[in-house]
Amino acid sequence: MPTATFAGTPVDTNDEGFFTDPDQWTEAMAPELARAADIDELTDRHWQVIRFMRKEYAEKGTGPTVRLLGKASGVSVKELYQLFPKAPAKTAARIAGIPKPRGCI
Amino acid sequence: MADSIEKVSIIVSKGSLEGIYPALIMANGARAEGIDVNLFFTFFGLDAIHKERNEHIKLATVGNPGLHLATMAGGLPGVSTAMTHYMNHKMEKLDIPSIPEFVEMIADTGAGMYACKASVDLFGLEKNDFIDQVQDIITVGEFYEMAAGGQIIFT
Repeated sequence: MPTATFAGTPVDTNDEGFFTDPDQWTEAMAPELARAADIDELTDRHWQVIRFMRKEYAEKGTGPTVRLLGKASGVSVKELYQLFPKAPAKTAARIAGIPKPRGCI
Repeated sequence: MADSIEKVSIIVSKGSLEGIYPALIMANGARAEGIDVNLFFTFFGLDAIHKERNEHIKLATVGNPGLHLATMAGGLPGVSTAMTHYMNHKMEKLDIPSIPEFVEMIADTGAGMYACKASVDLFGLEKNDFIDQVQDIITVGEFYEMAAGGQIIFT
């Protein structure tokens, strides 16, 4: 299992860069994780999504898909693609330190 | 990642519920993975982007052996409507969006939406008949230009 270091702390990740143990994540790691995903600065809107990802994962054991994020996070689908270009749910999951969301819709 | 898919162009040629949903799910799933997507609606697939018709897409209850319903029964008045209603209800429970909502969402993810010129002419339609998310009416040649370098999925 690969190990990466964020905010000076070693964490376990899988081959795709997702945390395998979300408890190892701290908010201090997020900016560094974001830069690795080509996001220079995390705004309040980014944080709203990241916190929603954490909350959903804690409650349901899986991260939300783009569809659910668009419906329930308070950030629209359009804005999600602006905040987290390319693959919003995957990128936000990486930054939020949770496994890759699984869901077809 | 040399073997990753960067772009897909999905052709939607059918106007039934079971013809349209798979294409939309493939398109939405591709965008979720960060894959570029263009949707090309042709023939009866145009109903998926037709302002008035895309709210009334029906499940095919005749000529659809997968339903395990006798062909005679499938053709009775109201059966298609009832089965469509049942299917929509089941999908709603799984939080699968309705077709109009799904198409709009996929456009919001940045996917391109195009209508096929030959079909538009054939059915006597015009740009105005389609939802605003449709960017253009294009020829098959233009579609191939747009699809160049990516994968093409025909549904």
